[in-house]
Amino acid sequence: MMSWQLNKKYYPLLVTIGLFILMFLYGSINYTGFASPQVVLNLFIDNAFLIIVAVGMTFVILSGGIDLSVGSVIALTSMVTAILLQANVSPVIVIPAALLIGPILGVMMGSLIHFYNLQPFIVTLAGMFLARGLSYVISVETIAVSDPFFQFMANTKIYFGNFYISISVLIALAIVAAAIFLAHYTKFGRNVYAIGGNEQSALLMGLPVGRTKILIYTLSGFCSSLAGLVFTFYMLSGYGLHANGLELDAIAAVVIGGTLLTGGVGYVAGSVVGVLILGIIQTLIVFEGTLSSWWTKIAIGVLLLLFIVFQRLSSVRGRSKSQTVTQH
Amino acid sequence: MEIAIPKLEMKGITKTFPGVKALSNVSLRLFPGEVHALMGENGAGKSTLIKVLTGVYTKDEGTVTLDGRSVEVSTPLEAQNLGISTVYQEVNLCTNLSVVENIFIGHEIMKKGKIDWKEMNRRAEKLLTELNLDIDVSKTLGSYSVAIQQMVAIVRALNVQAKVLILDEPTSSLDLNEVRKLFSVIRKLKNDGLCIVFISHFLDQIYEITDRLTVLRNGEWIGEYKTESLPRYELISKMIGKEFNNSKSITDNLALTNKGDYETVLAAEQLSKTGKIQPFNLELRKGEIMGLAGLLGSGRSELARLLFGADKADSGTVRIKGKKVYLNSPKQAIANNIAFSSENRKSEGIISDLSIRENMILAVQGRKGWFNYISRKRQEEMVDEYIKLLNINPPNPEQLIKNLSGGNQQKVLLARWLLTNPDLLILDEPTRGIDIGAKAEIQKLMLSLSEEGMSIVFISAELEEILRTCSRISVLRDHKKVSELENREEIKQQDIMKEIAGGVG
Repeated sequence: MMSWQLNKKYYPLLVTIGLFILMFLYGSINYTGFASPQVVLNLFIDNAFLIIVAVGMTFVILSGGIDLSVGSVIALTSMVTAILLQANVSPVIVIPAALLIGPILGVMMGSLIHFYNLQPFIVTLAGMFLARGLSYVISVETIAVSDPFFQFMANTKIYFGNFYISISVLIALAIVAAAIFLAHYTKFGRNVYAIGGNEQSALLMGLPVGRTKILIYTLSGFCSSLAGLVFTFYMLSGYGLHANGLELDAIAAVVIGGTLLTGGVGYVAGSVVGVLILGIIQTLIVFEGTLSSWWTKIAIGVLLLLFIVFQRLSSVRGRSKSQTVTQH
Repeated sequence: MEIAIPKLEMKGITKTFPGVKALSNVSLRLFPGEVHALMGENGAGKSTLIKVLTGVYTKDEGTVTLDGRSVEVSTPLEAQNLGISTVYQEVNLCTNLSVVENIFIGHEIMKKGKIDWKEMNRRAEKLLTELNLDIDVSKTLGSYSVAIQQMVAIVRALNVQAKVLILDEPTSSLDLNEVRKLFSVIRKLKNDGLCIVFISHFLDQIYEITDRLTVLRNGEWIGEYKTESLPRYELISKMIGKEFNNSKSITDNLALTNKGDYETVLAAEQLSKTGKIQPFNLELRKGEIMGLAGLLGSGRSELARLLFGADKADSGTVRIKGKKVYLNSPKQAIANNIAFSSENRKSEGIISDLSIRENMILAVQGRKGWFNYISRKRQEEMVDEYIKLLNINPPNPEQLIKNLSGGNQQKVLLARWLLTNPDLLILDEPTRGIDIGAKAEIQKLMLSLSEEGMSIVFISAELEEILRTCSRISVLRDHKKVSELENREEIKQQDIMKEIAGGVG
């Protein structure tokens, strides 16, 4: 599959990777201590939950949809986990229960989107309010997590020589690997691409469009809940304001990673690099030291805009090229 | 053909939509190894019948028998699993996916729980080679022409072990060579014993490729005939339901009466757009019909779009009645009394969720300015006049345009522009995909408009149609205007074809 002619469809992905490398080189040259492998590993450690969410979001966007509920589901998951642990429920029960929250909400949203033919934007917006509201109904306070298993997950460092990662990173990488397999080597994954390319065609080709759509939101919900757990490992608390606005970071990462917002084109791996780019911007600003951390948002905004323009230009060029062959 | 048991038989099919009986007691028999044409005007029920067969619609009454067994088809997937596959007019594949995927998706070859890309690539290449198609199967479908996409759609149908292959207007966006190629594929499949349903508006093609045909009219079954033993005029009269004694108007060269006088309405000089059309000169006289002939992609539509300002010219000048004008946007063109009806009726013509009336008054209202509202009463008067004049069916101005047949949609679009009373009317493929009756009406209308002094630029893929209506013909080839012919009695289709082919063919 990786022949040279094919490379064109990997352009956005290559641009994203190139950009990450450039930013890393820039940091390495300008700031002492930046060129350490630990800086890169920290990107994974600090953004493990975002990687997991972005994986789910990639499937949603590939299918031509959007999921705004992911940030709230993280908060709800962290809240449910924290309150159950506070009540001395064993993690053996808490973790599976927490992992059900996202899929249940996802099935509901996916079904509404499919059966009533509703806009994913509105349905998941409602889901977002619901999940965020429920978190505050549980408690408006921060609930600390002191469970030993969660402490273990939070504090364990896995060393490679002098450098280390967290368990959450392993979870995130496992999810990424599973997602790449899902996207490219299973019927479900290919159906997602087909639906994003042309839903009407997918229907006429006899693909299970409805089932796939519901599964996509269920998958995204599962990723959000898992990210909620990982986020709880990271913060060791549950709080209604956790991951506020995270859905937008996830969407930004997916788009910067080269996935078309209109669906049908993109890669899971791209989204991972997208998350790393968001992370490295933050790291650069921290190393700079003088800039307000809010510059991160501005930089992300600028990048996002550039990528959308880039996508538009490359798709317009692609289309006008095929026009000369096909007419219309 | 030996008398055999039909592979597929549809009997007594009835389908009612709210307020309309789309099919009433219709039958269809398909024998192995035949190409069967489904004939009828727009709205005759061809599409409905096909959709019933492929599980898109559920029938109210009737039976479907496949290989002697009664079957119920309620989803497209079930139809496919039974071996009934359809290749639609607009290719219904996913252009973002590779050729391989488009062939296999839904029926991927799995190995140890994962998709076996290697084997799929190999099989796809084999299938395509069998049809003499040598393309890179791992490239995205969108990077290939519509013709190749159509072949891929056929290969997809074959791969799912089709017994019945339905080709719905497969040739409407293909050029001559591509049609040849498609026909050789159809013949091969026929010899392999497949039943092929062929739906097309091109009579030549019907007579060239099909063995038998079934005629439908107004949702009713008219008859089943052997193609070669049914003369064309009889076929047409069966389709439109009256003796077609004025069939002369379809075959006569009406253009000879249409000369145009010598006042120049529009003169384009060295007009061009890079990559679309090379510099050309064009002069249009008052009251003449100028035909643009050429293959798909030869620059016909591109030329027309420049004249309407839908694309902006890179170089050259346009004079209208001697005065230099700039046509940089459709708005400027409309202000100069130019009207343009696009070939893409669905995407650049109709607004499907608006009514006939709303669609019709768009251009005239736009021209008056949106703050200069045309009263409802005035609108209704104008719309009623054109519904009568153009014989639009149904004659209800409030009907949504998406519910109309293609021919009637086209008439509404024509009316939209006629209401602006243009000096120059550009019609890009106005007769494509519409039935013979409506086609003849549109041709007649063009001629009477030109007699009243309107100049018309007429683009059509059908040479006979151009020869019948146009006083002059510009031929385009490879994005270039290559010649201009006066239409005289001695000019034959072959002469134009030679120009189109560049003297070689």
